[in-house]
Amino acid sequence: MFGLEKKDFTLLLIVTVMVILAPFVLNPFPEGTAMAQMFNAGYPDLMQRFAIFGILVIGFNILFGLTGYLSFGHAAFLGAGSYAAVWMFKLLGYDIIPAILLSIAVSGLFSLAVGYVSLRRSGIYFSILTLALAQMMFNMAYSVLGNPSSSYNLTNGETGLQVYNSDPQVLLSATDPNFPHLFGLSMRSETHLLIGNWDFTLNAGYYLSGLFLLLAFYISIRIFRSPFGLMLRAVKSNQQRLNYTGLNTRPYTLMAFVISGMYAGLAGGLLACMDPLAGAERMHWTASGEIVIMSILGGIGTLIGPILGAGFNEYFKNILSKINDSVLHEWLSFLPDGFEDIMVTLIHPFVGKGWHLTWACCS
Amino acid sequence: MDAIILQILNGLDKGSAYALIALGLTLIFGTLGVVNFAHGALFVIGAFCAVTLNRIFSISFETTDPTKVDFLGNPATIKTTYLEHWFGAGPAAWMTDWSVPLAILLAIPVMLLVGVIMERGLIKHFYKRPHADQILVTFGLAIVLQEIIKFFYGANPIQTAPPDVFIGTMDLGVWLGFEANAIAYPYWRMVYFLFSTVIIGGVFAFLQFTTFGMVVRAGMADRETVGLLGIDIDKRFTITFAIAATVAGLAGVMYTPITPPTYDIGVELLVLSFVVVVVGGMGSLPGAVLAGFLLGIVESFASMNEVKNILPGIDQIIVYLMAIIVILVRPRGLMGRKGVMED
Repeated sequence: MFGLEKKDFTLLLIVTVMVILAPFVLNPFPEGTAMAQMFNAGYPDLMQRFAIFGILVIGFNILFGLTGYLSFGHAAFLGAGSYAAVWMFKLLGYDIIPAILLSIAVSGLFSLAVGYVSLRRSGIYFSILTLALAQMMFNMAYSVLGNPSSSYNLTNGETGLQVYNSDPQVLLSATDPNFPHLFGLSMRSETHLLIGNWDFTLNAGYYLSGLFLLLAFYISIRIFRSPFGLMLRAVKSNQQRLNYTGLNTRPYTLMAFVISGMYAGLAGGLLACMDPLAGAERMHWTASGEIVIMSILGGIGTLIGPILGAGFNEYFKNILSKINDSVLHEWLSFLPDGFEDIMVTLIHPFVGKGWHLTWACCS
Repeated sequence: MDAIILQILNGLDKGSAYALIALGLTLIFGTLGVVNFAHGALFVIGAFCAVTLNRIFSISFETTDPTKVDFLGNPATIKTTYLEHWFGAGPAAWMTDWSVPLAILLAIPVMLLVGVIMERGLIKHFYKRPHADQILVTFGLAIVLQEIIKFFYGANPIQTAPPDVFIGTMDLGVWLGFEANAIAYPYWRMVYFLFSTVIIGGVFAFLQFTTFGMVVRAGMADRETVGLLGIDIDKRFTITFAIAATVAGLAGVMYTPITPPTYDIGVELLVLSFVVVVVGGMGSLPGAVLAGFLLGIVESFASMNEVKNILPGIDQIIVYLMAIIVILVRPRGLMGRKGVMED
């Protein structure tokens, strides 16, 4: 169905069910308990991030999983998409359709430029080139184009770009909600389902992101199964041999790069739709590193891996950032006093952002 | 003319830092084939060695002086540093004053140890894994090291002063025949430049003139054959890694008086150092040094007000623009040789 084989269609169906049921499945503990505080993930903010980063990593996987080119600068495209979307909010009003369209287009253009330069080299050179170009974009956004006193303040620097009342917003009508919306449906609107002690939140923004996630997933399946996808796999397994057969691989890799850049732009645009503000820190190269980690977490070159990797990463980042020193002290209180402090000190760096290393070592 | 000389001089100290970090990166990449994303963190560890030594020197104990009383009538307490207690007032003052250069003595064993532990404990297991895994693990390590430093030293920059002798600026212009104060250059930056030249020279001499260096160079060219000749190349490479870590650490130690270190300067410097390595030509040690100084000087020219008035913000991105131009015109980098690590 939909031009998919039976196996792929089942996979798409599973993901659809996952997306629909996520607000229920991710809230396994009743409201108000300690376990709910710690482990429940069924609130809109986090679920939106699951879906949006899922889209981002699916796109990244089309490049990295199929061609083997490891880009270390995808966060820059995400950031460019966010800026584009917020500019649409500022100029046209809070309708998300032009915002998302423009963010995809802008990121596509940026990735075309970056890809044109960096795809001249492969392997580790390519990674470093994308890293450098993305860091250049970060610097542009952070300081060069973000000086509030200059006449070309595109990004508003450190403060981040946001919508002000004085902005033109030419298409804004009085009936529209004062938040990004789709035909009047605010991204923030939500319904609470109270079943027993459980409180399930059904959020418009999450389901929109989920819809885009399904669309992105469907397109990625089609790409994986297409002749184009096969060509990308050939690039990964032996580019030299392809070149010897008289084939120029660069258009294919550039195409893959631009597609994955557009995915990142879509994710950035959605991030701005859920919370209409864009900051440069989203583009920093450590954020790109996190994208790489997510995709490796889920499994490179697999279809469903990116979604799981992104979800896993966001979920554990969320939990582990809740494990602060006082929680650690509580958990380790059975140990003798001095020893407890030493243990807390030792574990501390591994539970904040540093859990990536813990995972990397286990792999 | 004097403005041009001044900008070249200004670029030298940043260029020295780039060159030292890029040298270590190239050394590690050339020998072990690993792209070390934790190299910036090594620079930071070095910088915080200087901060630590400064703190150690100021550890003190309190004694009461019965002859004096404070305004409440209690006997006054006097803080004496252990340093003063052990060595007397004069040497103690001298040691505190010279704590940054003395930190080199602390940093060398610390960095060698950190290097060996990193290589034997973690990176060793990733030689046969794809580049992506190596990047992932060193990137994770960089974050952990950064968080450890943040845990102990906080997030604010920590000021460490150079020795009193080197505070102030030297009037280079007078020596070169310009009028007074035309080229004023801080003493410590000059010290940093000279120090880095000595280190760079030392590394090159070590690789060129010792048997150990010869084996390492042979290993860079063809690892397998060197192993077949019965030489334990792994052990040599571990030591090479430790040396590269030490070079980065010493660059960090001496840099503290120029920019007060924070826990996250490593990640910023790292990207620039990668750019330096690519511009210089991957796997080429002289290329790394040359590109380091070149980019440092170019950056300093771009931050001149005359240039900034025409192209605002150019100083922030000039290094990356240079990299793009070099890669487009000369994909192998300035001094990269044909066939050496082209992928």
